[in-house]
Amino acid sequence: MSDISFVRTEMLPQKDPPASAVGVVGWMRANLFSGWFNSILTLVALYFVIQLLMGLFHWAWVPTWSAASLPECRDIFEQLGRTGHNAGACWGVIAERWPQLLFGFYPNGTEEGTVDQRWRPILAFVLLAVALAPILYSDRVSGKLIYFSGAYPFIMPWLLWGGTIWTPVAVALGFVVGFVVYKWLLKSTSELIALIVGVVSAVLWWMFAASLLSSGLASIMPLALEPVQSRAFGGFMLSITIGVVAIGLSLPIGIVLALGRQSDLLIVKTLCVCFIEFIRGVPLITLLFVASTLLNIFMPPGTNFDIIMRVFIMVTLFASAYMAEVIRGGLAALPTGQYEGADSLGLNYWQAQRLIIMPQALKISIPGIVSTFIGVFKDTTLVSVIGLFDPLNLTNAIRADADWNGLVWELYGFIAFLFFVFCFGMSRYSMYLERKLQTGHR
Amino acid sequence: MNNSVFFGALTVAGLAAGAAAAGTLDDVKARDQLNCGVSTGLVGFSAPNANGEWEGFDIAVCRAVAAAVLGDPNKVEYVPTTGKTRFTALASGEIDMLARNTTWTFSRDVDLKFEFAGVNYYDGQGFMIPKELGVSSAKELDFATVCIQTGTTTELNLADFFRANNITYEPVPIETNAEARQQYLANACDVYTTDASGLAATRATFDDPGNHVILPEIISKEPLGPLVRHGDNEWGDVVRWTLNALVGAEELGITSANLAEKAAGTENPEINRLLGTEGNLGEMLGLDADWAQNALSAGGNYGEIFAKNIGEDTPVGLARGLNAQWTDGGLLYAPPFR
Repeated sequence: MSDISFVRTEMLPQKDPPASAVGVVGWMRANLFSGWFNSILTLVALYFVIQLLMGLFHWAWVPTWSAASLPECRDIFEQLGRTGHNAGACWGVIAERWPQLLFGFYPNGTEEGTVDQRWRPILAFVLLAVALAPILYSDRVSGKLIYFSGAYPFIMPWLLWGGTIWTPVAVALGFVVGFVVYKWLLKSTSELIALIVGVVSAVLWWMFAASLLSSGLASIMPLALEPVQSRAFGGFMLSITIGVVAIGLSLPIGIVLALGRQSDLLIVKTLCVCFIEFIRGVPLITLLFVASTLLNIFMPPGTNFDIIMRVFIMVTLFASAYMAEVIRGGLAALPTGQYEGADSLGLNYWQAQRLIIMPQALKISIPGIVSTFIGVFKDTTLVSVIGLFDPLNLTNAIRADADWNGLVWELYGFIAFLFFVFCFGMSRYSMYLERKLQTGHR
Repeated sequence: MNNSVFFGALTVAGLAAGAAAAGTLDDVKARDQLNCGVSTGLVGFSAPNANGEWEGFDIAVCRAVAAAVLGDPNKVEYVPTTGKTRFTALASGEIDMLARNTTWTFSRDVDLKFEFAGVNYYDGQGFMIPKELGVSSAKELDFATVCIQTGTTTELNLADFFRANNITYEPVPIETNAEARQQYLANACDVYTTDASGLAATRATFDDPGNHVILPEIISKEPLGPLVRHGDNEWGDVVRWTLNALVGAEELGITSANLAEKAAGTENPEINRLLGTEGNLGEMLGLDADWAQNALSAGGNYGEIFAKNIGEDTPVGLARGLNAQWTDGGLLYAPPFR
């Protein structure tokens, strides 16, 4: 009797969920076919998606990579039995012109007496990745790399524009001079006076000593790269250069402007507010026209103020104003308790900003900051209106070649793809950063 | 409104340029380089090739001037300009001359203070239409939809033409030639109108060029030519007579093939004066005696440049038409070299 039980004595092992509720099938049942209406919608959508993809594939999958002109592409289509204006993609234009779309007119060694210089922008952008690593992935790479990041702003112009290495060295020494003067004066006078004298001495150094030093050293030991004119910059290289400079400079300037706007000092505050509101009140395209045409007229005849330098300045100012407002949003989101806590610890203004306020405010602003970065990077295509050859303007120049006249989708598609890679990369990074810095306050 | 603002800016530009005029010829020689403003891309007229070297009909003018002044057609810095930046670039001295399919008009010459050095291409506005519509004259285009670039003289010419003929049309505004091509092929407009050279170049890119016709009516005069700043006559003379040398050489039968032979001296005194074996024309211009030889060696005479870049054997395929020598019924007429 005792070995008979009418109730199970041990627990049954857990069963797998039914096959229709897990895996692909389960997911599809839950998300795509959860009712007759959703099923119909899914099928209709699927039909259109497949049609679109097939059309795209039919257009894109053609053996036209080696065609040397649009008529040659047409011949290939004819052999395939296709007709019409959009019978297929003429990829020959990308095959022939992709170096131009990437590097613009940067010396490629085809002109007599020149050598291929395109390794320089490549190296500059590879080094950019190295220089960014300690900033972007501070937990994964050695902290010592940050010294290289500090040197990078001087290495990049040298690689891109060439000339003697002593020019960037002399410019860098200006910062050292300013810092040494500041530190030295700090012992004897107040911080403000030390700061002012430090800045003034650095400026004096740049104005008078730097060029003497660099030309002097260059005559002893040239160490020069072949100089490259700004006019030779073009394509994605131009977009990335403008984007990197504007992004790199706009963040610090934006922080200063945001702090200035919240400052209690009337003049500082007024200046910052005027600057931000003025720049945000005019379109970037207007600023670019000012850079390209008006500045020429205002400056004394014969002065040659590099066009790309003017664009750098205008795009940077533009990005800084937007950045300042994004960061001000981050500052405004911080509870007053944080400011008061910093004060109660006895920290001075800059210490409080550096240790308590900014880390939190910047973290809050990450999505906005990255949005601004992406926007600035895409805005670099506006330089086409002043005749610089960004990728979009290059398509116009490429179409002006009788061989490729009339090609639109291939060129724009290629450019859109490259822009997407960069912008999507930035956006993904910002999400990674948000997760990394997540400290569970929400 | 756009124009008045633009002209205002240019007035300032003109004043500044007036102060700057200190001998462009000397500046170019000192710099050992000609800064030549060109278009950012126009089929047959200026375009960079795959190696980034500029080619085209307008580029050939830059090269000839550089060769005449500096002895080397490659000593040119091409400054790409857009329709909006071209005049300020010239007025502010950023470029020494502008060779950018610019129409010679009264206000540009007089009001904007520029000096047109001549005409290197006589263009005019035309219409392109699919053959299947069966239209043979622009006057039959009543109620047509017309693709037209906004903010250009073509827009004004079109309005004038249709009003004068008392017919109506519906404009489809477009921004660039590439956009116009797409719209036209998609039948978003019945007619595409722009300069006849541009129409020919666009039609050549079609899958079925034979199914489209360019109507016989040319509704405007578009004399395109290189221009320089007003008030620097020495430099203006150099550009003008370099262009005249190219045109005159064709009339005199000097080509890049027989240039060396003719330069050795001929029976024809005008050829001798032009090529510098007689007289001192080069000295009068402030150039070397062989200035015209150099200009011609850059790309040949006008006819050769035309044939190489936009002639009937090129994809653009333009006939000489108005751009033939006066002896062949065209408008090209170089003043005598004396």
